[in-house]
Formats: sequence, C-alpha cells, structure tokens
Amino acid sequence: MTESKDITTETWDLEISPKTGFLKFDFKEIWRYRDLLLLFIKRDFIAQYKQTVLGPLWHLIQPILTTIMFLLVFGRIAKIPTDGINPILFYITGITFWNYFTTCFTGTSNTFIANASIFGKVYFPRLVTPLATIASSLIRFGIQFLLLVAAMVWFSFKGEPLYFSLNWLLLIPLLILLAGTALGMGIIVSSLTTKYRDFQVLLSFGLQLLMYGTPVVYSLSYINTMKFAWLVKLNPLTPLMEGFRYALFGKGMVTTELLLYSTGFMLVTLFVGLALFNKVEKSFMDTV
Amino acid sequence: MSDIVIKVENISKQYRLGKVGTGTLSHDINRWWHTIRGKEDPYLKIGEVNDRTTKGNSEYVWALRDINFNVRQGEVLGIIGKNGAGKSTLLKILSRTTSPTTGSVKARGRVASLLEVGTGFHPELTGRENIFMNGAILGMTRREIKSKFDEIVDFSGVEKYIDTPVKRYSSGMYVRLAFAVAAHLEPEILIVDEVLAVGDAEFQKKALGKMKDVSQGQGRTVLFVSHNMAAIKNLCTNGMIMTNGTCTFSGEINTAIDRYLKPNDENRQVQGIIEWPKGEQPGGDEVKLTSIRLLNEVNEVAHSFYTSSSITLEINYEILREVSGSRIVLQLLDKNGVVAFASTNHLSDGERKDRGFYSTTCIIPENLLNKGRYEIFLHIGIPGIKMLLKSQSFLSFDTILMGNQGSNFDENWTGVVAPRLQWKTIKMIRN
Repeated sequence: MTESKDITTETWDLEISPKTGFLKFDFKEIWRYRDLLLLFIKRDFIAQYKQTVLGPLWHLIQPILTTIMFLLVFGRIAKIPTDGINPILFYITGITFWNYFTTCFTGTSNTFIANASIFGKVYFPRLVTPLATIASSLIRFGIQFLLLVAAMVWFSFKGEPLYFSLNWLLLIPLLILLAGTALGMGIIVSSLTTKYRDFQVLLSFGLQLLMYGTPVVYSLSYINTMKFAWLVKLNPLTPLMEGFRYALFGKGMVTTELLLYSTGFMLVTLFVGLALFNKVEKSFMDTV
Repeated sequence: MSDIVIKVENISKQYRLGKVGTGTLSHDINRWWHTIRGKEDPYLKIGEVNDRTTKGNSEYVWALRDINFNVRQGEVLGIIGKNGAGKSTLLKILSRTTSPTTGSVKARGRVASLLEVGTGFHPELTGRENIFMNGAILGMTRREIKSKFDEIVDFSGVEKYIDTPVKRYSSGMYVRLAFAVAAHLEPEILIVDEVLAVGDAEFQKKALGKMKDVSQGQGRTVLFVSHNMAAIKNLCTNGMIMTNGTCTFSGEINTAIDRYLKPNDENRQVQGIIEWPKGEQPGGDEVKLTSIRLLNEVNEVAHSFYTSSSITLEINYEILREVSGSRIVLQLLDKNGVVAFASTNHLSDGERKDRGFYSTTCIIPENLLNKGRYEIFLHIGIPGIKMLLKSQSFLSFDTILMGNQGSNFDENWTGVVAPRLQWKTIKMIRN
C-alpha cells in the first residue's frame, strides 16, 4: 500500500512533528477559529451566572461591597489620603481596574488545567481560550466601568467637579497594556503549571500581595517619600494604575518614561509567554 | 498517482512512568542542559517496550515505536489491538492533542477527530447553544453549523429539549445530541475512537449507519479504532493490528481481523489449543487426554469466534485399556459460571473402544452462543459405573456477536445463549 510515487506533489496541509520553531505563531489559524473564540466568550459570560436570580448584577454588587470595605478600612481606620479625589471614586477606580487585571490573570493562568478535558480530545488553536478569557472579562469590566461613570455623575451633582475630558482616550491604550500584561503573565504561569503545580499555589496568595504592592488603595504620591517607594515604582503595574487615575481625574504620577517601562514589560512577558505556550501546548497532555 | 492523504513516518512516543516530582525536575534540567549544548536528549536512548503486564525497570516506556503507514484517499482504516497496544496514543498524535517524540505525520485536507462525543459541552448551556459550541470546537464555522442545525436536531431526536440546559438531559439524550453534531462534520479526514459504544441499540444502529454513509457514500478517509470487531468488519476496508506499541500487521480488513483473533502466546487466558506432553496427560488408567483444540470454520485453531460461525471442539485421547459404554460430557459455562448447556456423545458413539488413539469432535453450531467468554468443562465416564476423567475446565474462548439476531452491530443481548430460533409471521385475514 505504499508504492505510489508522490514525490512530485509533496504538498501537505498539515505536518505534525516533535519540534516546531520556537516562535512560530499561527495567527491565521486563530482567525479561522474566530467563531469558536466568540462562542467561548459567550460561554464564559453566560455560564457564570446561569441559575442565579441577580445574574450579571453580581458584577456590580461585588465592587460596591468592596468599596464600602475599603472606605472603612483604608479611609476611616488607616486614614490613607486619596490624592484629593473623592474616596469612593478613588476606590471604585482602583477596584474596577484591579479586578480586570486579576480576572484576566487568574483566568488565563489555568488555561491548560481547566481545559485539559477538551484539549485532550480535540485540536484547535489553544490560544483561543486565554484570548476568550481576556475578552469575556472585558464585558465584566465594562459593566463595572459604567458603575464608576454613574458614580462620577452622581458626585458631580453633589458638588464634585465633573471630570470628563479628552484624557479619557488614554484609557484605551492603558487598558490594552493592562490586558497584555495579564495575558502574558497568565500564559507563562499556565505553561509552567502543566507540569509543576507549585506556581498555582504561589499565584493564589501572590496576587493578593501584589495588590498591596500596586497603588490600588493608595496613591503613589502618598508613599513617594517613603523608603520602600522604589519597590512600588519597580512594579510595572504602578504606572498603569496611576495612569488610569490621571486619565479619569487628572491626578496621578505618571510619565512617558514610566509608561514605556510598562510597555516594555508587557512586550517581554507576552513574548516569553507566547513562546512558552507554543512549546507547551504540543505535549502538555502528557504531563498535566 | 498521488492519492495518499496521510503519511505516517517513524512515529514514536515515549512516556515517563510514575509521578511528577523532584525527580522529573532533575531530568528536565538535564535534558535542557543537553539541548542547549546541542546534544541529543539523553532519555530518548532508554525506554522499554510497552507491555503493561510485566513490570519494567526503566522509568521510560515507548507507547509507540516506529510506526509507519500510509492512508489513501477514501480508505477506511480500522486500527485494532488489545488495551494498551498504543491505538489511542496514535490517534491522539494524529488528532494533534499530543505530539510524537520522534517522527512525523503529514496529511492532506481538514482533519477532524472524534475521540469522544460531546467535547466542550457545557452543562449550563442549552442544547442549541451546545450544538454551536461543540461544532465550533470540532472545527465547523458558525455558518456551517447553522446550515446543518435542523438536520442535527432531527438526527439527535431531542428536538423537544433543545432549549433546555444539557445538564437536565438523560445521559442517552446527551450522547445522542453530541453524536449528532459529530456525525455532521464534513472533514476530508475523520478520526474516530470507539464513539459508537454509546446510546441504546436503536441509536447505535443509526450511528453505525451514518458512519457507513460518511465513509462509503461520501468517499471520506476514516481512521477508526474499536474493539467491536463486528463494526470494524462492517465499516473498514483495511486493517492495522497494533501490538505493544508497534504495528504488527497492515492489510485487507478480513485478514487483519482473522489474524488478530488467532491465538498467540501472550494470551494465555483464552486459548484455542492445549497439548500435554507424555507423563502429564490428565486421565486415569483407562483413558488419557493428549490434546484439545478449538477450530473455526476453516479448521484453524482459534480462541475467538463469531457467533455466526460454528466452533469445532476436537478432543484427542488415548485409550489404554478397552472400555465400553463410555461417554464424553461437554459442559459449557459462561463467564459467571452458569452452565449454558451440557452435551454428550453417548448416543452417537457409546460402543466399545479398544486400545489406541482416538479423536472425537463436537460441533457447536453457529447462531447459538451469545457474546462473551465461555469455558469448556469436560469429563469422561461410564455412567453409573466409573469416572474415567474428572470434570475439569480445559479451555476458554471468546465469542463476538455477529448477526445472530439480525443487527449488524455489537448489540447487547441477554441470556447465556442467544440461539436463532424459527420465527414466522403470517398475516391473518379477517372477514
């Protein structure tokens, strides 16, 4: 059954071999699976609140309750100033953006483990799943952002200045930076956890620690003179959080250099992440 | 001519046994150290043949070793082999859920794999939503699914529940819906693993029919793994036998199945022949058994039989002292130890026998036994006078249900036997 000579027409649609180029990303293939991407986004979003009465309203309840808690603990008890911004707006901003980062990060970081049963049975570009996580979290982010806008409008009636300005356009590149960093870090962790679960354990409390190392409940200007301030400044998420507040309220310590630093960090993590992901996705089923 | 659509060259797959721990980390580091210096992976040189029954010494095992084959356009290749022979690993590599350790696979056309039905079904989503979800995972576009949606729902027969979350479905409905989606895939190459073993008899028949349509009617290339010989025989044109991670036979399907069903040394539990050397022959002063054989319809020793063909039991023995009125009694027990039937040669063959070697045969007719394993107990005696050979189990054999009751798939049929009886229906004319 092997006699046929097909040397002349050695064109194959698919080649499977043990090794591929370290950085061979098939973005065209992902585009071919765009319908799947959309369905995953829909599934992630819908499935989360099926059989709940309040449904997507839970997206609002969580930041509201957290804001109240922050208001009590950091505002009233610890008395940390909020850079002249209304503390409620300050905390909702911090929570909304930080939430987006953490949901993206944790969501993408268990890509392989959570989807092992599907990945083990059928092939599709694996990158579709973390991309869907990023996108479905964006919907959630949008809802929480509307809450923030509503709160800003509400407080403008109470005498606060109304902050809307062209600076808001900055939010888009900042959000892309935030999502890119979360995606990069997430897929790095997901690639490493296929074999060594240690990273998963680290992640569960590491994110909590990271929040305190990022200006979420305080502003950079408040700790700028303190000894450990360099540590917070080293955090590539710091310019992003400060940037969000700058775009929204015009207050925040952010410079082009700092943003370039964050951009550089995002590019490196994304690059390393994609390279690792590319390598691991081929045979992770054997070790997961 | 160039109609080869899948070309598999030297595929091997190595697995590491045991748990992931500090040991694996040190191996990983060592492997990485070798690769950055441009050397060969040190663990590829070791590794044992994949045989799960013997405990190996090496931590590494070759699940597949140097597999080579080509599949032609429109060919339906059945891959057969025992559990752990590497069939599923091979399919996993072909469907790209894992990569081979060495070797390469080349394919032409869209490949879709059905290693399981209902991959990606989300319990919270409705049947409708899951059809789209599952279809997309299997590689269909939204438009393709939309155009086939009605057909899929119709095939599954769960129309009434299509807007209910699938977690409320019975397991049968779930599987029907899942298979319906899978059956409407239209890839050039389809890889199927044992998915027909789902649903009730009616649905299995439907599923098998659909598979047949896909492979024969539409000229698609199909790779099919199953333990269901009836289905394989029915569907496939070619067969490949896998044994311990290597391909031991490849060729025409009937030859492949016959070869696979023939006894071999590894399969001691069921065997088609037993021979005793002198001195170990069971029996007494009057009679000693020399050998017992089970033969199929073409007089070959076998240990697996289709229920649609007869089985010949051949008992060879030596009479040491003249006996008369003796009989051989055959008892056939099913796997639960229930006597399916007992039979004797007393009526046909009960007269006096003088010294010498004898061979007695008994034909178990076709369309009598059910699917499963049977054990042969024999005893020889002169009724009411003397036991010449104590009743004991000698051989076991397996039967594969094939067409007894008219269906052409692996249907479960109750009873220790499944005889084909005389049935007749006439239409009554009423005034």
